Amino acid sequence: MTGAFPSPYGGQLPVLRIGDVLLVTLQGDLHDGTAEQLQEDVSEAAADSRVKGVVIDLSGVEIVDSFLGRVLSDIAAKTRLLAAETVVAGMRPAVAITLVELGLTLPGLRTALSSDEAIRLLGEVSISPRHERTRQESP
Amino acid sequence: MQTAGGVSACLPIHSDLDLVWVRQHVRQAAAQLGFGLVAQTKLVTAASELARNTLVHGGGGQMECAPVSRGGGQGLRLSFSDEGPGIPDLDQALRDGYTSGEGLGMGLGGARRLVHEFHVDSRQGRGTTVTVTSWVSGPPRPREEQ
Repeated sequence: MTGAFPSPYGGQLPVLRIGDVLLVTLQGDLHDGTAEQLQEDVSEAAADSRVKGVVIDLSGVEIVDSFLGRVLSDIAAKTRLLAAETVVAGMRPAVAITLVELGLTLPGLRTALSSDEAIRLLGEVSISPRHERTRQESP
Repeated sequence: MQTAGGVSACLPIHSDLDLVWVRQHVRQAAAQLGFGLVAQTKLVTAASELARNTLVHGGGGQMECAPVSRGGGQGLRLSFSDEGPGIPDLDQALRDGYTSGEGLGMGLGGARRLVHEFHVDSRQGRGTTVTVTSWVSGPPRPREEQ
């Protein structure tokens, strides 16, 4: 078994700020309560620190079910209203295959193969002079 | 279908934390039987959806996990049971996008797509049992439409 030992209480995940980006790393098996707490923490942090983007690193996550899928979509929707973009990074192939069969394609979430790439992606978005235009074009 | 030798278990489903235990147990059991990584992930995800249904809609219950064999093939059978209100309209509950709670409505129909065999036994006012089976190297017989 590679999953982290679950804590008896829903823990809290650290939301790190790196420049203009918030970084959250999910590991192992997530408690429903932890996921819900994360949603609040990210929205608050995004509003307080006026970031351009949020990167959620899923490379340590073994499964994403419809509950966690909804949490990720909700985080993306909320941060978008707070003028930030959410990028999901490092999803494992087995997780991606399962999500599609489950029927969850997570519309509205941008993806990257790694956190590094995700941060670069968000950086490009903010520097690009065409940023305002592309942003208006995309829904 | 016979129950093969190996670890059978019955896990309670009464809290968020129990969902974590269910997922970990299923992953471990599937890995032991030799399921590949993608097959493991599908089965664990299906278990997570069904266990959450048991918790949220059935008011709690239990999961029985047993290795099975048929026609020389090895598989894992998971049975989720509760004594909740039952599912009033099963066809509707299996449809994508239908939700009675606050989920995405992918739980039951989505879980069905992730396993080889899927059976629901629900009686109004008396509870629901969902039994799913996945086989290590695919279903031993041509897949039956359910």
